[in-house]
Amino acid sequence: MTARTVQRGEDDLVTVIGLEVHVQLETATKIFCGCPTEPADEPNENVCPVCLGLPGALPVLNEGAVESAVRIGKAIDATIPEETRFHRKNYYYPDLPKNFQITQYDEPICADGELEITVEGDRRTVTIERAHLEEDPGSLQHVGGGGGIDSAEYTLVDYNRAGVPLMEIVTAPDFRSPAEVRAFLAELTEVLEYLGVFDAERDGSLRVDANLSMIPGEEIEGDAREIGTDALEAANRTEVKNISSHRGAEKALAYEETRQKNAIERGRAIEQETRHWDESRGITVSMRSKEEEKDYRYFEEADLPPLRVADWKEEISIPELPSARRERFQGEYGLSEEAASKLTSRKEVADFYEDVAREYDPDLAATWVADELLGELNYRGTEITAVEDRLAEVRRLIALVADEEITAKNAKEVVLRGMLDDGDDPETIVSREDLGKTDEGEVQRAVEEAIEDNPEAVADVEGGDDGAINFLVGQVMGKTGGSADPGEVNRLLRAEIEG
Amino acid sequence: MSDAFITEERIEGRDEGPLAGRTVAVKDNISTAGVRTTCGSRMLAEYVPPYDATVVSRLKEAGATVVGKTNMDEFGMGSTTETSHFGPTENPVAPGRVPGGSSGGSAAAVAAGEADLALGSDTGGSVRCPAAFCGVVGIKPTYGLVSRYGLVAYANSLEQIGPFGETVADAAALLDVIAGSDDRDATTRTEGDDSSYADAATGDVEGLTIGVPTELFEGADEGVVETTRAALGELEDRGAETREVSLPSIEHAVEAYYVIATSEASSNLARFDGVRYGHSAEAEGNWNEAFGRTREEGFGEEVKRRILLGTYALSAGYHDKYYAKAQDARAWVKQDFDSALEEADVLASPTMPVPPFELGESLDDPLQMYLADANTVPVNLADLPAISVPAGETDGLPVGLQLIGPAFGERRLIRAASALA
Ligand SMILES: [Zn+2]
Repeated sequence: MTARTVQRGEDDLVTVIGLEVHVQLETATKIFCGCPTEPADEPNENVCPVCLGLPGALPVLNEGAVESAVRIGKAIDATIPEETRFHRKNYYYPDLPKNFQITQYDEPICADGELEITVEGDRRTVTIERAHLEEDPGSLQHVGGGGGIDSAEYTLVDYNRAGVPLMEIVTAPDFRSPAEVRAFLAELTEVLEYLGVFDAERDGSLRVDANLSMIPGEEIEGDAREIGTDALEAANRTEVKNISSHRGAEKALAYEETRQKNAIERGRAIEQETRHWDESRGITVSMRSKEEEKDYRYFEEADLPPLRVADWKEEISIPELPSARRERFQGEYGLSEEAASKLTSRKEVADFYEDVAREYDPDLAATWVADELLGELNYRGTEITAVEDRLAEVRRLIALVADEEITAKNAKEVVLRGMLDDGDDPETIVSREDLGKTDEGEVQRAVEEAIEDNPEAVADVEGGDDGAINFLVGQVMGKTGGSADPGEVNRLLRAEIEG
Repeated sequence: MSDAFITEERIEGRDEGPLAGRTVAVKDNISTAGVRTTCGSRMLAEYVPPYDATVVSRLKEAGATVVGKTNMDEFGMGSTTETSHFGPTENPVAPGRVPGGSSGGSAAAVAAGEADLALGSDTGGSVRCPAAFCGVVGIKPTYGLVSRYGLVAYANSLEQIGPFGETVADAAALLDVIAGSDDRDATTRTEGDDSSYADAATGDVEGLTIGVPTELFEGADEGVVETTRAALGELEDRGAETREVSLPSIEHAVEAYYVIATSEASSNLARFDGVRYGHSAEAEGNWNEAFGRTREEGFGEEVKRRILLGTYALSAGYHDKYYAKAQDARAWVKQDFDSALEEADVLASPTMPVPPFELGESLDDPLQMYLADANTVPVNLADLPAISVPAGETDGLPVGLQLIGPAFGERRLIRAASALA
């Protein structure tokens, strides 16, 4: 694996970005109690003595969250320790029920992993320094006044989220552009969805903090990919918080990159500070001008004995990951890179594609899954997971097309749309709409009738008018209820007229 | 109302069960659904838990009747029950003196006959100290034998809920009910699942080797030492053998204990901020000021002192110097106990190096009070079981004998101690 050398001049500034990505792990219950993680209708509905931090309540580890973490560790080729343990991170905040957060400190469940990404055709490897498990705090709603925690009239606290399992994934400062960050987040969330541990659609399931600094070109020797720690530490960096999407990350960091570049070019110093990404205004705003080094007084959480996970890495298996599958699809099914990417972006899509392509023409299967099915679903604002119980029907519809029982046009415009809109199965729609391909005799009779009924159009065709032939095709299609193949009708008409 | 209780309210259990017809007093840091649980603090003076601690469910299931919630040092922080927001409890067998602490109300209730049995909690001696001072039996179980679910934490790596009774057999019967694994406490172990501790109270000490750690007799009150030695003589008369053993690291135990206990307390007590339950100050200003005012008003002197000490011990720059060193010391203490228990079946010492203090005597000198825990805190550092059993009296004041056993060696301790009470 060779990384492309970043081009730079002596006076250039090189952008350096590192990420802390928080993802919500898909478990049925919270990480330290039995409360559901499903969104609730009312605030403070999914709560119990444990996640409310009532006096005397104790945490019990949800091993499902640990299993998810081990899956992630395998996917990013991380070191997984023999035992995993938890620490308390002590700080006061109104959304924190115990005023400490149970998290991992010096022995994270994953260390020294990596993830490969492709940016503008180049492959790059991003180092993942660590990934650890922790509990989510609750959420705050500031009411009245200035709307912030220090300026609101009052603040409401909702603990439904408190105790939802999170994985915090920390990368090395390996990114040199906001576009790389976006590509990484896309790849990461794709991988997590493949592992079945993450749902991108879930509200608040992805939260990103990014550290960005600009390093003067003259301080870098050799490849800008490999910047020494001295140069990194010498540069002031800003931490951008409140990013919740791939696109948001790219926009926020592009803004921050420009802001820092402009400041440096005008001779102003970059302050080491935390900035808040204001999505609606498209800018970053300073949160605290003076950044104090926080002291979280970490120490071991004695209520949770160390959990032995030494054997889990072998016992837990993970599916083929999107990058590997993308390559295999190109080789095995002869797909273009674009089609392969589209078909592998979600595991459910790729699984369905393979199911169809094994039996029918892989190109036809690709068109039907990537273009027709995903297109219609996208148009309806839904996705494949919402129609999982209908995929067998879609498969039968594709079979009808492959076996030339119905036309592709009818299959898509009448059958697929009818299936999605009205919930009917394909066979019902085909027979109700009488879409079964008509026999040749019937088409031939319709062609002859159309010629007989429309002498003027026939004369125009003989005179070389192409519009007239389309008119005649329309007549035939009408007579056959749309079940004839338009190309075939065109050929038959010409044969009849031109003799 | 008896000064042993903060709240006198009956909670009836099942009609049948091993404790049917018996009354139990419960320390006020053990959660009881619908009955306020104050921890002896203004902070929780009005707090009513919505759930029962696991031990309370087990009491009800065993047919016991809870008669009330007993007085205690605030959040378990003290050895006299005088730091309670609700005032002191007088020692029923030594008028004008403290009952010991922090579970002083529980020991006093049993000593005064106001309850047949009682539950306390022992973080650094809080069951054994009041048992010794009130002339009753108290057991500190092995860490992990009894569920802590519902016990309001002071120092969660050190503490266990333990039983009091007038006799060893009584206390053992209560231990049978509360011991055993619990899905709600991940630190519990299965060793107590099918226990039969009460059966072990046979008084048979024939052939038992009792190790006597010289360090735990040094500096103790003369009368206390004499009474303890006399009790050991009684055990020898009944066939036990004593031999001297040494616990060299024990000199660091009190320091290590206070660093670890206060560090954990600084975190465990952080949740009391007035947002969800408990005292909430009328405060102007931002949330930080509101939290500060609530905690200023809700906590007493000793609790604030320990939270400050613990916060300091965990702080960047001091963590390695205090907290990490204390953990090292804890490991040495454990090793020393392991070696000593290879030479002897159980270890023996005075439970408390002094007889009960006079009321008010120790409040002005917290360091003196901390040092009085010298014989009890090492056991918590080592996660081991121990029992305090009445050894006799000195100048009319009760003296307790402490027996210490190997992890999950409760039966052995009960057998030995039952020779005396
Ligand atoms: Zn819960």
